[in-house]
Amino acid sequence: MSAVLKAPLTVEFPFTRSLGPVQSAFLTGLRERVILGVRTGDGRTLVPPVEYDPVTAEEIRDLVEVAPTGTVTTWAWNHAPRRGQPLATPFAWILVRLDGADTALLHALDAPGPDAVHTGMRVRVRWAGERTGAITDIACFEPYDGERAEPAGHSGEFTDAVTGIVAPARLDYTYSPGRATTGYLHALAGRRMVGERCPSCRKVYVPPRGACPTCGVATAEQVEVGPGGTVTTFCIVNIKAKNLDIEVPYVYAHIALDGADLALHGRIAGIPYDQVRMGLRVEPVWTEGGRYPDHYRPTGEPDTAYDTYKELL
Amino acid sequence: MSKEPVAVIGVGQTKHVAARRDVSIAGLVREAARRALDDAELTWADIDAVVIGKAPDFFEGVMMPELYLADALGAVGKPMMRVHTAGSVGGSTALVAASLVAARVHGTVLTLAFEKQSESNAMWGLSLPIPFQQPLLAGAGGFFAPHVRAYMRRSGAPDTVGSLVAYKNRRNALKNPYAHLHEHDITLEKVQASPMLWDPIRYSETCPSSDGACAMVLTDRAGAARAPRPAAWMHGGAMRSEPTLFAGKDCVSPRAGRDCAADVYRQAGIADPRRDIDAVEMYVPFSWYEPMWLENLGFAAEGEGWKLTESGVTELDGDLPVDMSGGVLSTNPIGASGMIRFAEAALQVRGLAGEHQVDGARRVLGHAYGGGSQFFAMWLVGAEPPTS
Amino acid sequence: MNREIAVVAFAQTDHRRTSDESSEVEMLMPVLHEVLARTGLKTADIGFTCSGSSDYLAGRAFSFTLALDGVGAWPPISESHVEMDGAWALYEAWVKLQTGDADTALVYSYGKSSPGSVRDVLTRQLDPYYVAPLWPDSVALAALQAQALIDTGRADEPALAAVGARSRADAETNPHAQLRGSVSQGEYLVRPLRTGDCPPIGDGAAAVILAAGERARDLCERPAWIRGIDHRIEAHGIGVRDLTDSPSTRLAAERAGAFERPVDTAELHAPFSSQEIVLREALRLDDGVRVNPSGGALAANPVMAAGLIRIGESAARIHRGESDRALAHATSGPCLQQNLVAVLEGDPR
Repeated sequence: MSAVLKAPLTVEFPFTRSLGPVQSAFLTGLRERVILGVRTGDGRTLVPPVEYDPVTAEEIRDLVEVAPTGTVTTWAWNHAPRRGQPLATPFAWILVRLDGADTALLHALDAPGPDAVHTGMRVRVRWAGERTGAITDIACFEPYDGERAEPAGHSGEFTDAVTGIVAPARLDYTYSPGRATTGYLHALAGRRMVGERCPSCRKVYVPPRGACPTCGVATAEQVEVGPGGTVTTFCIVNIKAKNLDIEVPYVYAHIALDGADLALHGRIAGIPYDQVRMGLRVEPVWTEGGRYPDHYRPTGEPDTAYDTYKELL
Repeated sequence: MSKEPVAVIGVGQTKHVAARRDVSIAGLVREAARRALDDAELTWADIDAVVIGKAPDFFEGVMMPELYLADALGAVGKPMMRVHTAGSVGGSTALVAASLVAARVHGTVLTLAFEKQSESNAMWGLSLPIPFQQPLLAGAGGFFAPHVRAYMRRSGAPDTVGSLVAYKNRRNALKNPYAHLHEHDITLEKVQASPMLWDPIRYSETCPSSDGACAMVLTDRAGAARAPRPAAWMHGGAMRSEPTLFAGKDCVSPRAGRDCAADVYRQAGIADPRRDIDAVEMYVPFSWYEPMWLENLGFAAEGEGWKLTESGVTELDGDLPVDMSGGVLSTNPIGASGMIRFAEAALQVRGLAGEHQVDGARRVLGHAYGGGSQFFAMWLVGAEPPTS
Repeated sequence: MNREIAVVAFAQTDHRRTSDESSEVEMLMPVLHEVLARTGLKTADIGFTCSGSSDYLAGRAFSFTLALDGVGAWPPISESHVEMDGAWALYEAWVKLQTGDADTALVYSYGKSSPGSVRDVLTRQLDPYYVAPLWPDSVALAALQAQALIDTGRADEPALAAVGARSRADAETNPHAQLRGSVSQGEYLVRPLRTGDCPPIGDGAAAVILAAGERARDLCERPAWIRGIDHRIEAHGIGVRDLTDSPSTRLAAERAGAFERPVDTAELHAPFSSQEIVLREALRLDDGVRVNPSGGALAANPVMAAGLIRIGESAARIHRGESDRALAHATSGPCLQQNLVAVLEGDPR
């Protein structure tokens, strides 16, 4: 059996996150170099401020300013920063309890090395040069041996508050489709459609799925099907999808290839879209370099009778 | 030992809209949960466990968001579970919560489902560029439209039936303050003149994309006795699954749906659903699924479902109202959509459905489905406690 | 209601760094066949099926729908799925059996960490407003927890190393483990955690069959009775928690009856060496308890299945007569945010 197929898969999107009032105030505050906490019913101050008390579940809205200085409650030295992390050079992850707060904030500490970091050390915020209203408006923390800074008593009210953030996220995967699909793709490269037969129910699956889904056993016996097939049903697509380079309207059809026990999906062309019908006989049309048939076109054979394919609908 | 009867004593949902830009994800779910608690006149401390559901995590870009939502839902120190069964998830989630009460593991459980679709784009989440796959289509409409065509061929239904469903559901939505679409100037002509997106499915016959959450408080007999408002009692509930695609699959009337309904009817002692059930809130993301599910659920013989729609039986004042809330066609926060169906069924038998109340609704079916018409979740709720 | 419910069969894959020759369903199917074969059951005999897996780990939406192909869900089955570790799928199945609606359940879970970078993938679990934008990876968060533990004086780096060394030594006799024998403690990954303190990254699947009452005795010579099972969650923010304690584990254990009598064995889902120390203390396990005889998550950590495997390993020891009362633990979320505890017992010998 030939080598396993692999290809990169990037899952990336700029998520648009609305904030709600408490998170809006906190992130707007960072833009203005003000750090806000939120006071709970029993008088604790949570920084960063959350919307709901983690102990009582009550909604909390009482914002209070805290200092940009604080104390490290725990730390971890990160000698190899990863994509997206606050600093590109080695740094310490810290939980820092800001002066005036009862809980700790997670961020990065810029320090020369692990020997320069310890629990209980004093640190202060280093603000980012450009601030937009995001947690990254704190560039990082830095060691600080000065006086405790006094908060100015900001009310938490801002004009022009940030109400949302854009959070881009990218994850990279290496996708491998597994044994059955790999075999199918290799056959396609030779312009052959090869399915697999279930050893138990004898049905032929094209494309093969690795398992016969009704019997729950591996399929293995390869069976060449087609190239001819019958359109069992279809729709006419009239809206253009952003990520698809297909002119509309086009016909998206379920096609039962001769010898297969269920239909696969493909595009029908070579016939006006409004003349495509259930029962139409079609065959694949290959293009140079295409992994799959580009589309299917009518063979000119008489239509298949409904009764012969209705079980495949 | 018999199961503990399960009662719905609180229902809450958000006003569903395209984008809730004023709240965080936590703020959104909290609003529905708070309303459900208020309905039951309970506090966070009265809740023993939380069961939450939603569709794929990619929709909000948060992996297992229940971890982050534990605080907002008062779950800290309590059991919290997260269900994901594709589009049926809102229904499945409610059933998992109901099992906790039925098994007497907990007395009172908060269950909630949500989707905040505006954080990303469902089209993106559903069509990640998986290598080696041929991109042919984007959006669920194209996936389901060929099945609709197969139904039309099989049943001989006139091609206007889909527009009748859309027109009815959008008018029902006008009576539901929580529905997303409120098309005050809707007419049948407008529905029929709307563009064909995935022929045979028109624009007005498709569901919107919504931000929303729905929550329910489920409790045992003792909890129901203390409840300030009438309870809805669960008389039957079931989930059924079949594979996505397989040789011999009936995509028009999947067996998993028929089996699921049969199980619910058996539990509830329903001999003839058409006669014994007063109303149905079913999961109809594309209008043609109303007649299709009417057959699948046993309200009409095969090929006859469209006749109920065409003759007005499924209208709000008809003999078997369907989708009184306006349905998925008017509101679709994907992960919550199944639970909204279940909650509407509960509101109807509690007599609390407001302007879209069906007079005398005593037994109502809530229905959800998902994946490639393969995952089904249903419950039947009644105004009276179950007798057995 | 309180029906007697037992784990009657358990199977797992050989966990490996990569399984790229197999799709998820191809990886999963052999373990499904194995648990069915052990009990002589067919899919159609199973009353309820529940699975646990993650779309984010797989890198695709609805990934569990493909895995369902391996079950043979025809005629249609009563089935559910949690986007959680399989231990919670087992919990859902246990609840279903408690209702009396089913007498047997198939539980499975699987995870492939090899396609993506699991350290980065898990950052997507974190508060999406304040924390996820900083991309703090799972090792970094565990390292913060480890340092907090060291700061209390309850552990030091050699103590952490000893946990890793004992786990891999115990894994010598576990043919499914990914890391076995003498494994170097290695360099710091994120200080104070060295590679030896961290779990191997790999792919794997596991399956369990549950049965109630007499049915369990029919299917298994010595069923592993679930005497109690409970799970609890804590606040999400790691800055509001005491990272050196695990109150949710303790509460779940209490509810599961773990403290009523001592256990002889504990399988703890502690992906990081420091977490084992936190859990041992929360569970009050003394030196007389055999902890992680399988090697635990430090020997094999297929994400989404590793918790279910702890229950399966505990049950398997009871099946084999190597334990009479065992505690199984599963965790989820950053720094042990959510924890499940099950207590299993064999009939007296």
